[in-house]
Amino acid sequence: MLVLARKVDESIMIGDQIEVSIVDIKGDQVKIGIAAPKNVKVYRKEVYLAIQKENIEAVKAKPDIIPAISTLFKESAKKADDNKD
Amino acid sequence: MRVNTKAYGPLEVDERQKIYFPFGILGFENLKYYVLLDAKQQPFYWLQSMDVVEIAFVLIDPAVFRPDYTLGISKEELEEIGIKSKDEILCFAIVTIPDNLSSMTANLQGPIIINRTTRVGRQSINTDSRWKVRHAIMEELAALRQETC
Repeated sequence: MLVLARKVDESIMIGDQIEVSIVDIKGDQVKIGIAAPKNVKVYRKEVYLAIQKENIEAVKAKPDIIPAISTLFKESAKKADDNKD
Repeated sequence: MRVNTKAYGPLEVDERQKIYFPFGILGFENLKYYVLLDAKQQPFYWLQSMDVVEIAFVLIDPAVFRPDYTLGISKEELEEIGIKSKDEILCFAIVTIPDNLSSMTANLQGPIIINRTTRVGRQSINTDSRWKVRHAIMEELAALRQETC
């Protein structure tokens, strides 16, 4: 990995369209500004990891699970309807 | 077209149920072809990998328990799968089901978006911070019903 030291208000270019600048530094937190074309998606890495982890958890669904959860869902919907009367 | 499915074994599936995910699904990037199976048990669906029988996701239409759900996804990202107008969007959330079924959750932060015309899909990241990875479906459904009473 390339490591560069930067000060506040300095920036780096990634290619000729992406600019990453250091906006502010306070204690252990760095504020980073990113200017990039709209088709470049920028996310916090933990969001990616959380979704990835959740997908791996979701794929463990048992093959015969849908009738059970569907019943659960419908019963809850029905209960609410009954309460209305 | 015959597909081996986790839920129903070998199954005859219509070509129109085939969905191409050019970027895969996060954590399963190498799997690009899925079939969308109507589970006959609304409001749930199966998204079944055509290549690996064990890889299948339970999906739900978020609108059935969160009618206020919004897609915070850029025009550019939608265009990557050829979506030019909102009418072309099919949107689902992946459901995670723990042993206690009533604690099942839906991932509203990483929705599955499908172009209903071309049947190309992707998992997007919703930039609206209201939507999280784990929404308790039964709880939010109950809250919704209370509101409408």
